[in-house]
Amino acid sequence: MAEKDYRLSPRVDQVGIQDRVDRITKRSVKSEAKRKGLLMTLNMIDLTTLEGADTDFKVKQMCYKAQHLHDSFPGLPTTAAVCVYPNFVKAAVNEVKGSGVKVASVATAFPSGHSSSEIKLLDTKIAVDNGAHEIDMVISRGKFHSGEYNFVHDEIAAIKEACGKARLKVILETGELGTFDKVRRASDIAMDAGADFIKTSTGKISPAATLPVTLVMLEAIKDYYYETGKMIGMKPAGGISNSKLALQYLLMVKETLGGKWLSNEWFRFGASSLANDVLMQIMKQESGNYQSKDYFSKD
Amino acid sequence: MKNKIDYSSDWNLDPAPESTGHIKLKTKYNLFIGGKWVKPKSGKYFATINPATEHKIADVAEAGQADVDAAVKAAKTAYDTVWSKLSGKERGKYIYRIARLIQEKAREFSVIESLDSGKVIRESRDIDIPLAAAHFFYYAGWADKLEYAFPNRQPKSLGVAAQITPWNFPMLMIAWKIAPALAAGNTVVLKPAETTSLTALKLAEVIQEAGLPDGVVNIVTGYGKTGAMMVEHKDVDKVAFTGSTGVGKIIMKSIAGTNKKSTMELGGKAANIIFEDAPLDQAVEGIINGIYFNQGHVCCAGSRLFVQESVYDVVLRKLKDRMESLYVGDPMDKNTDIGAINSKKQLDVINDYIKIGKAEGADIYQPKCKIPKKGFWCKPTLFTNVAQSNRIAQEEIFGPVLAIQTFRTVDEVITKANNTPYGLSAGVWTDKGSKVFNLTSQLKAGVVWANTYNKFDPTSPFGGYKESGHGREGGLHGLEPYLKFD
Repeated sequence: MAEKDYRLSPRVDQVGIQDRVDRITKRSVKSEAKRKGLLMTLNMIDLTTLEGADTDFKVKQMCYKAQHLHDSFPGLPTTAAVCVYPNFVKAAVNEVKGSGVKVASVATAFPSGHSSSEIKLLDTKIAVDNGAHEIDMVISRGKFHSGEYNFVHDEIAAIKEACGKARLKVILETGELGTFDKVRRASDIAMDAGADFIKTSTGKISPAATLPVTLVMLEAIKDYYYETGKMIGMKPAGGISNSKLALQYLLMVKETLGGKWLSNEWFRFGASSLANDVLMQIMKQESGNYQSKDYFSKD
Repeated sequence: MKNKIDYSSDWNLDPAPESTGHIKLKTKYNLFIGGKWVKPKSGKYFATINPATEHKIADVAEAGQADVDAAVKAAKTAYDTVWSKLSGKERGKYIYRIARLIQEKAREFSVIESLDSGKVIRESRDIDIPLAAAHFFYYAGWADKLEYAFPNRQPKSLGVAAQITPWNFPMLMIAWKIAPALAAGNTVVLKPAETTSLTALKLAEVIQEAGLPDGVVNIVTGYGKTGAMMVEHKDVDKVAFTGSTGVGKIIMKSIAGTNKKSTMELGGKAANIIFEDAPLDQAVEGIINGIYFNQGHVCCAGSRLFVQESVYDVVLRKLKDRMESLYVGDPMDKNTDIGAINSKKQLDVINDYIKIGKAEGADIYQPKCKIPKKGFWCKPTLFTNVAQSNRIAQEEIFGPVLAIQTFRTVDEVITKANNTPYGLSAGVWTDKGSKVFNLTSQLKAGVVWANTYNKFDPTSPFGGYKESGHGREGGLHGLEPYLKFD
């Protein structure tokens, strides 16, 4: 088989993408659909802390929150996962044991991706050896912009191998790619190279996740599914901090990929502050009033 | 195809109905003549119904000859004594006032529009009514600048304009007609389509509120007969019609040999052309928007789809997938994508064409969506295996029915696209700019959209080639049919 030329990846029209997004953002999610959507959102969150100032203690607090989102209101799900730097994986695994909450670790010289292959592999292996269930890697955007698509592809494939049983999320850092055409190209490369999930952003670059960029990636996942029969997950990350926006993402998934993708097996939100807004909305639906933000723990 | 995406889900939207409590409607409407509401001398009224429920909304007067005579007389008197004597600047002020009032009452207008016409609230709220206001704003700006719009040509108003508008975009088409007519200094007798009179009558209330001098705009309601009386009236100087090509031909015959100027915005059977290098997912969105916008009751609907053969399978797959997430039903629900067919009569026309398509051997496809029992409904429909010689590929259906053909070369698709008595609009989808320019210069259509479809703006002229009509509405070009030059 001839080597695939990723320059021939399908083209994306920006105006058209925005038109489609507008149709989705104009939908109105009410009553039971809203309640269900909000609960689904909570269960799809990768609760994240990726700061230079992270400590074991901070990670522990977050892990507790992931399993106990708002204990005064029973029946809430846990988040899907917690997402931390590799050196906190051990602590996190210990904290979430038995809860079903997964531990995701960023790896491969997050967030820039600038390091040697050896370091990136080792970074991944250490995280996996410490018990990470999921690896969130970054692609080499420099190489991507230089047109070295094979390098980018092979690097992802090598990390995938190093992941073993851990699921691999591939961060494209769409804010650095410049055009939707390139986002589509990077999505195709990542999926071909073995990504289990494709993810928009590190959260360190603005813009992070947006609805249009997510739509481009969902369309790529759809085409890949038709081509290979393989389902790939999607994770928008960064900048999703309110419930309304989260529900719009879910509608977009539903209308692009169908109901099968509407679980945390195939869709995640990378977010740190989304959970509290969702909790506030759920409580509002329950009680009819918005409660003070101070009723929801900030950790 | 081995993999199929299943769009069913246990997470489904709940009803999100727009509230209707705030609208003010009378149960009976008279004629708006000379700035007053007057009972029809004909003594006749007819019911206007909600096509989504078949419930009667109100009774509307049917204007007879004496009523039309009174309306034209009021318009002529207003023209001779007031409107033709006002400066452009003063005319502009009135038009701005109308525009602002439409904006203020936008919510009420859009709810009434959706109730009366069956179009979805998302469209009336986001497209019809805001665009109608925008047209008034735009032409208000031209009222005192006609000398600059047509330098050295000494533009002068015509007199009384008889305007007949269709039921597909009731309020928007009224704006397209009234705004340039007033800006150019004419007075108006307008008749809305019989199935959608209510926003026109609501506009009459706005016109009263704006303090427009009596008789400058007169609104008479009724059927085609009333329209014919307007067109044939000796004191009418200008006829503007939007509607079917059949009626357009009758009007042109009846005004032949008179001095009446005319603008005809008639039918269409637009080609929407998808090349293999197009952004396919967005092209699919454009196909949907091209044919299913306003239930396909759009003269510029992209009702003939031409797909380059090398991408036919993938485009068809994507199109069918996209159709699965179209919501059909209650026009007042904010989530509805496709509303009710405007009338029983039109539904019969569409159903006849669906039968014809099947009989011609084309393959029909409709998504699994449910439709309500009461009211007039048609599922979004597409036909594949269509030939250029099929009637469903040649005749205007004016419903949510798409006829799909394939093509191989640029020359072939240009020939096929132009092979129609119509020439209103077309769409071209390709990533290559040079191809866009090649096609836009060769397609015989008044509007050609590139990598988008059904985009409208008051500054952009709209109108057809061949049997799609003559004259332009919108933009600077839209003033010209309402002016004469020395």
